[in-house]
Amino acid sequence: MLKLILIGLKDLKIMFRDRAALTFMLLAPFLLTLGLGFVTGSFGGGGSGLSDIPVVLVNLDKAELGNALVDVFYSEELSTLVEPSGAASAEATYRLVEEDQAAAAVIIPAGFTQSIIPTAGTFSPDPVQIEIYSNPARPTSAGVIKAIVDEFISRVEEGRISGMTAILSIPGIQNMPSEQVEALARGMFENAEADSDSTTAIALKKASQGADAVQFDPLAYMAPGMALMFLMYTVSYGGRSILAEKAQGTLPRLLVSPTLSYQILGGKVFGIFLSGVAQVGILILASSVFFGVRWGDSFGLVLLILAAVFGATGWGLLLTAIGRSAGQVSALGSSVMLIFGILGGSFISLEQLPPFVRMVSKITPNAWGLDGFTTLALGGGLPQLAEPITALLVMGASLFAVSAILFRRTNVMKR
Amino acid sequence: MPPILQVHSLVKKYGDFTAVKGISFDIQQGEIFSLLGPNGAGKTTTISILSTLYDPTEGDATIAGHSIRKDPMAVRRVIGVVPQDLALYEDLTARENLEFWGRMYDLSGKSLANRIAEVLEQIGLTERAKDRVRTFSGGMKRRVNIGVGLLHKPQLLFMDEPTVGIDPQSRRAILDTVKELNRQGMTVLYTTHYMEEAAELSHRVGIIDHGEMIAIGTQKELTQQVGQTETLILHIGENDDPAALAQSLTGLEGVLQAQATDHEVSVITPEAEDVLAAVVGAANERGIKIRSIDIREPNLEAVFLHLTGRALRD
Repeated sequence: MLKLILIGLKDLKIMFRDRAALTFMLLAPFLLTLGLGFVTGSFGGGGSGLSDIPVVLVNLDKAELGNALVDVFYSEELSTLVEPSGAASAEATYRLVEEDQAAAAVIIPAGFTQSIIPTAGTFSPDPVQIEIYSNPARPTSAGVIKAIVDEFISRVEEGRISGMTAILSIPGIQNMPSEQVEALARGMFENAEADSDSTTAIALKKASQGADAVQFDPLAYMAPGMALMFLMYTVSYGGRSILAEKAQGTLPRLLVSPTLSYQILGGKVFGIFLSGVAQVGILILASSVFFGVRWGDSFGLVLLILAAVFGATGWGLLLTAIGRSAGQVSALGSSVMLIFGILGGSFISLEQLPPFVRMVSKITPNAWGLDGFTTLALGGGLPQLAEPITALLVMGASLFAVSAILFRRTNVMKR
Repeated sequence: MPPILQVHSLVKKYGDFTAVKGISFDIQQGEIFSLLGPNGAGKTTTISILSTLYDPTEGDATIAGHSIRKDPMAVRRVIGVVPQDLALYEDLTARENLEFWGRMYDLSGKSLANRIAEVLEQIGLTERAKDRVRTFSGGMKRRVNIGVGLLHKPQLLFMDEPTVGIDPQSRRAILDTVKELNRQGMTVLYTTHYMEEAAELSHRVGIIDHGEMIAIGTQKELTQQVGQTETLILHIGENDDPAALAQSLTGLEGVLQAQATDHEVSVITPEAEDVLAAVVGAANERGIKIRSIDIREPNLEAVFLHLTGRALRD
């Protein structure tokens, strides 16, 4: 195990001493992000990569909270970000989403308000769920809608729990008639609304951290977009080094040392992974320091970076297993970097690409990684990252397995 | 004391091509044994098999009692390998290279640090330890390449043509290093196609050609196989035909063998001075101009020529 780590660390050291590689790994994505930021006006705070996201709302609740959520979507603050429209039924919204006319549908079920603020004899410990019907072809926009609704729900849930705690702590509440408890609860809710600056639940968090979550910084898309694109360069560079070591004689020399083959290959793979993590980590850190991007959930961010690099490392290994020489792997790596960059949304938001391309993009770590980074930038946490992280891990594991079979067939560990 | 290396009928085949054809030999502890042969003779393949990089197709070898087939990991612990091509990380410093390779040989801590210092001293690169290998001359790189093979104090050191492509001064330094290592007790298996290196360094020499061990012994034993013969090397003009001259010399009295190479004809004879006039006369008759003549005492080159009918550098 120690030798495996030593080989990986040696590769990391070598990579960070290669000026040309560093230029590609760090400088190029940073400068491209900077350039794109200026071109799109992101540094002025004006431009945005995401605007007028079509969303269909169905308010079957028609009570205080349902109306409040609808008001959030029609609020002045979100007027440029979303383009809400109404529909009569849930079925109608499904159709609109399936026909790609909307990024998502928000269905507020009947009884939603009542489940939060119960009337006499209707108390339920579990509120009725708001349904979000997402368009898989527009993951980023759907993520924005989800983030808006999540914020609304979290504020409502916060109010519900604190309200219940307040009511249950009233002396003699157990003996109070249910009508009186309802009146008390309703009164508390109305007071809470009156105390706030605005009439909508989403507005309550206007000054809080949560309010920022629905404001999408386009740099939070561009920076990881570039980082993920150039990550493909890094993993192919790392993969190439396996064949380069074979050609330059250091791999045969390792093979005649008392080091097992799995330690050597494992060390090489670990080196690729480490280099990728270092690269994306530095670029994401730079996006925070220099561009002021907020990534929110740090734990989720770390997991996402590890998963994205794992998925990309799988591709790097596959390219190495296919390539016959270091030069061939380099050429393949550069091509794949560009193709995945375009397909995976690093240059153009996937939502501007045809549905077929969006479907194909799922084979790239770029698309899943960007999905995850967008979710994080929109205030999402680990639960919302589960899908992209799982997809990246499955991608990496599958590609590792295929590469292992190919390596065995090509006998890469023999001269 | 049993031999440190025992090779039994080693065969290596690549499809229809047989690179090593059942060779057998032993190396005693403390010996420098040279495998001498032209390029493509099978020297590197043999070393690669013995260092466990390749599996033999047939046969086996034991090193310090460990079979290369059955216990390659134990073999790897007792051998050191200096490959023909530089096998170093050029973006690491000399010290970093030695440190990395030392760890691959399970050295660590103080013992690693001490060995690195000793090896750097031995290869004369203490002052340049912190410089990247990329900045070194070819000879210095060769020395680091050797140093890596010495780190773990191997019982048997394989050196595969370590002087190829370097300047005479560096070559001299490497040969001196090999002799010094041997003086300190290290056993060395040295491959070369330079007859002079084999003659200078080796206690015994194995002559290998086309994958076969065609002769083995001390230099004296080998030259005795040729008998008390001398070799005349005739250097002829570029436009002259050496094959034609060799053919005309073959029948001359006192000429045992005549062999043509590039612009040269080698003539093996019991007494060079006795045939010299006849040889020059035969060349003149054919209109071939002899530019110079060398007379060589029996040596490994002559042995190789005698055994194969070809010069070693062919």
